[in-house]
Amino acid sequence: MAKNTRTVEVALGTSGVDELGRPKRSPLTVNDNGAVTTLEPPPALEPELEGEHLLINIGPQHPATHGVLRLVLELDGETVVRCIPHIGYLHCGFEKIGEYRTYNQIIPWTDREDYLNSIGNNVAFVLGAERLFGVEVPPRCTVLRVIAMELSRIISHLVWLGTTCIDIGAYTPFLWTFQQRETVYNLLESWVGARLTTTATRVGGMAADIPDGWTDQLQQFIRNFPKTVDEVDQLLTTNAIWVGRTVGIGAMSGEEAINYGLSGPMVRASGVAFDVRRDFPYLDYETYDFEVPVGTHGDVYDRYLVRMEELRQSTRILQQALDRLPDGPVNTSDHRVILPPKSKAMSDMESMIHHFKQVMEGPRPPVGECYVAVESPKGEKGYYMVSDGTAKPVRWRIRPPSFVNLSAIPKMVEGHLLSDVIAINASIDIVMGEIDR
Amino acid sequence: MSESFTPIVAGSALPDAPAPVTPKQIRYTGGEPNPSLAALQSRFGDAIRRADVVWGETTVYVDRARVHDIVQWLHDDPGQRYDYLSDVTAVEYRDLQIPLQVVWHLRSIPYRRFIRLKVEIARGEALEVPSIYDVYRAADWMERECYDMFGIVFAGHPDLRRILMWEQYSEGYPLRKDFPLRGRFSRSEQLRQALAANPEARYSMEELTIAQAFEDLPEAMRRRLIAGEDTGE
Repeated sequence: MAKNTRTVEVALGTSGVDELGRPKRSPLTVNDNGAVTTLEPPPALEPELEGEHLLINIGPQHPATHGVLRLVLELDGETVVRCIPHIGYLHCGFEKIGEYRTYNQIIPWTDREDYLNSIGNNVAFVLGAERLFGVEVPPRCTVLRVIAMELSRIISHLVWLGTTCIDIGAYTPFLWTFQQRETVYNLLESWVGARLTTTATRVGGMAADIPDGWTDQLQQFIRNFPKTVDEVDQLLTTNAIWVGRTVGIGAMSGEEAINYGLSGPMVRASGVAFDVRRDFPYLDYETYDFEVPVGTHGDVYDRYLVRMEELRQSTRILQQALDRLPDGPVNTSDHRVILPPKSKAMSDMESMIHHFKQVMEGPRPPVGECYVAVESPKGEKGYYMVSDGTAKPVRWRIRPPSFVNLSAIPKMVEGHLLSDVIAINASIDIVMGEIDR
Repeated sequence: MSESFTPIVAGSALPDAPAPVTPKQIRYTGGEPNPSLAALQSRFGDAIRRADVVWGETTVYVDRARVHDIVQWLHDDPGQRYDYLSDVTAVEYRDLQIPLQVVWHLRSIPYRRFIRLKVEIARGEALEVPSIYDVYRAADWMERECYDMFGIVFAGHPDLRRILMWEQYSEGYPLRKDFPLRGRFSRSEQLRQALAANPEARYSMEELTIAQAFEDLPEAMRRRLIAGEDTGE
């Protein structure tokens, strides 16, 4: 990480307005420690105070830790010397429980790990299960799943944006982002009947096709949503307080970010263009036209910029998916995994057998294993499944992106102020349900 | 947009890396193996026990003692460049005759490759494998979780302790197949232990000593700690 200072043009509320009525802008120099340098920096040298280090505990019940995360900090004055994270308060053994469930019965558990991205997890899990079963889904299903994944990315980034603003001290964007999030939840509710815990997919298809008129509502959302992003952008990107609290804070270089296993916006903010959608595509993502935004400094500000751009890119992908949405069936016709129509169960012998076998035993994949990763809003989310030929997996492993991202927090907060710990922790975008599982 | 923001279209892969496509019509077995497999076999010979390709993913079974060298070479060699550690985990089969497996998932972002390394630990052998913490810092929490859930010791990890369960957890290793779904202790015993835990003293002794905070604790708490009471963390 080059210790260079950079100049970000910020809007200063006190320096008047220009001829268009917008706040005047003036360059401010912000160094790597986040200190805003005015024209003549005052000689603010701290007197050398030899003192005892202070031990301070944040969490597990603290509004700024985004769940039940506990950080034990060793402070020298106000500077963090060492950080010891404690996790596991929400551990409920998802992976163990999965070994006692059939594949379709595991899908509701995937809602509850990263609960801001529940429909994305549903899709990711069935992608893995379908590889293990060796089934392919029809094109309409693939495009619907892309829509589901991008909608859930938008929800997750909106929650991140709103809560991070509150952590850093801005309340207004929270209301704007949660209003848009509500729109997406209404869309999901009219599609699958649930808002948060969607359980929208099945091995070999979806729980339901989209209802009539749904695409119009989605089109309306795609039209309205970028305005909200632009509003938040206008409010924050050049805001002197926002810049002062985020620039140079918690910086990771590209090499460090890769070595620490960071993924998603965290690694892209550090300048590494690693995106699972781009590099190891699934759901035909290589046929969509979208850009992978990368930052340069890897600090909290760059993570904010990357996520803002991802919101716009997700909207682009949604528009392309909507334009190409083909007609046709949603579920595969392979009745080893998907139930035949109920009307046939009482009239067709084979369909009845399929119903019986699937309900009583569950579908059985061949002996094998697979690791399928998707780009969740937090990063590389992987499901590793091992089958011994029975209807229940021998091992169902979740590779949680926030778990690995959070493991770098002792490195990121070292040498920063106590108040910056909150900003850095917010920038990781953690969901404790996924970390503790 | 700010000057620090650079939207780029290309990935971070090398120009001659294969163009990424969504895998389709994957064969169950006998797919194309990862090119790194041949390189591994010629470089390490006997240390590569066997390899198979299932659902298009190459699994390499390696010698337990050489796993650190192999991972180090995969990470450093300019023809491989597996710079990203996706996952470290373990698998125990229901059939207890099948050895327990420790699994590493590695990615080469420049070459767009994915490889799975496995070490088999036969029944009765010590559950110990080399840590790759010095190659990938990402292994830190992943190895701790694997130790916590399976009891596998990663030799060389600087801070191998439980991560999801608490440090005094004494029921064993939850993801092992001999661990019952409801836990090893009865509900009444679990409740008794939860009520007996001391919520005041939630710091480990290490935390208290590094921060020199012991002197600031209440008198009653210090007395209890000196008397050797568990810190409950």
